[in-house]
Amino acid sequence: MHVHEKPTFESNYTVQGGNFDEAGKVASQIKVILKKLGLQTDVVRKAALVAYESEINIVSYARKGTISISVTPGQVKIETTDEGQGIPDINLAMQEGYSTATSKIREMGFGAGMGLCNIKKFSDYFQITSEIGKGTHLKMIINIENGV
Amino acid sequence: MDLETIATCLNLKVFSGFDQLKTEVLDGYTGDLLSDVMANSKEGDLWMTRQVHQNIIAVASLKDHAGIIMVQGAEPAKDTLEKALKENIPVMGTDLSGFEIAGRIYNLLKEKQDITRIDP
Amino acid sequence: MTLNEVIEILDADVLVGQDQLEMEVKTAFGADLMSDVLAFAKSGSLLLTGLTNPQVIRTSDILDIAAIIMVRGKKPAPETIRLAEELRIPVLSTKYILFETAGRLYEKGIKGCVERVDNNFARS
Repeated sequence: MHVHEKPTFESNYTVQGGNFDEAGKVASQIKVILKKLGLQTDVVRKAALVAYESEINIVSYARKGTISISVTPGQVKIETTDEGQGIPDINLAMQEGYSTATSKIREMGFGAGMGLCNIKKFSDYFQITSEIGKGTHLKMIINIENGV
Repeated sequence: MDLETIATCLNLKVFSGFDQLKTEVLDGYTGDLLSDVMANSKEGDLWMTRQVHQNIIAVASLKDHAGIIMVQGAEPAKDTLEKALKENIPVMGTDLSGFEIAGRIYNLLKEKQDITRIDP
Repeated sequence: MTLNEVIEILDADVLVGQDQLEMEVKTAFGADLMSDVLAFAKSGSLLLTGLTNPQVIRTSDILDIAAIIMVRGKKPAPETIRLAEELRIPVLSTKYILFETAGRLYEKGIKGCVERVDNNFARS
């Protein structure tokens, strides 16, 4: 990992919980930026997907949250922090098919217990921590093979 | 065409309902939203879905589906399998995507109809 | 196959993208779960879905889906249309159910964009 490299791009976005009409807007913006930076299609796709599923999680389960992205020549790092109910049992939450989604979330095509699995699957590094009553923190890294 | 023929033609794994495989498949339904499947599928449909939750068994049972196919390598969750075995609902699985399996079953069922039409 | 041919096969209406109907498509993915689409659908494919909310458009944008086919004759809300126009993603609507839509396209040579799941992700 190239953690000490100076970022070529950095930004933070605020996501409002419960605002389903806007959900995905930040991920779309991130995708456009990464494309403009000239990253490989594969990296852009993974990063946009990871950002999108994380954004859906914030909108679905938290009051509000932030998504921060930092791009260095070697990697794309995406972190999300939310103010929400937190996850009581992370192992259970990481199980495919496990979900606490409301019917509203399910109607949108999410909440089938696949989101966190997707985030993990498409990240080269994935870390999740959560505190009951406070919120959840995700850290994802996607490696860039040949630099920007 | 019965479930057994379809399962053999398309190399499906059978998880439950082993003695129900002579059930006639009248048509197919593809869907992952239980409310949609409840509202729009019909009796005798073979239901293809990516859902693994145990509620799918109740839906298939209520709607008198011929059976369920879990697509894309999905397998029934533990409680789903238990419920399927208990209620004797045929649950099968394929590694094919939902589109691909729907395409193949649609054309299998259609071929059969065409043959029936020519030679009743 | 062009979108024009898809429209003919499915007797579909064009909701967005009247000027993009010469677009070529070869593969498709059908699902109602957006996370499923995100995990498995490939860029340049058709997306067949029973959903009509703006997240269908967002998901398609993230993956560079070629065009969306909304099944069962469902008409999307104005904000879905607006977003598809903004992101220039063609949206078609057919009265057929997802099973029939997939069957008709498959019959005419459209392939699944992932034919088989070859990793253990789906089983994990």
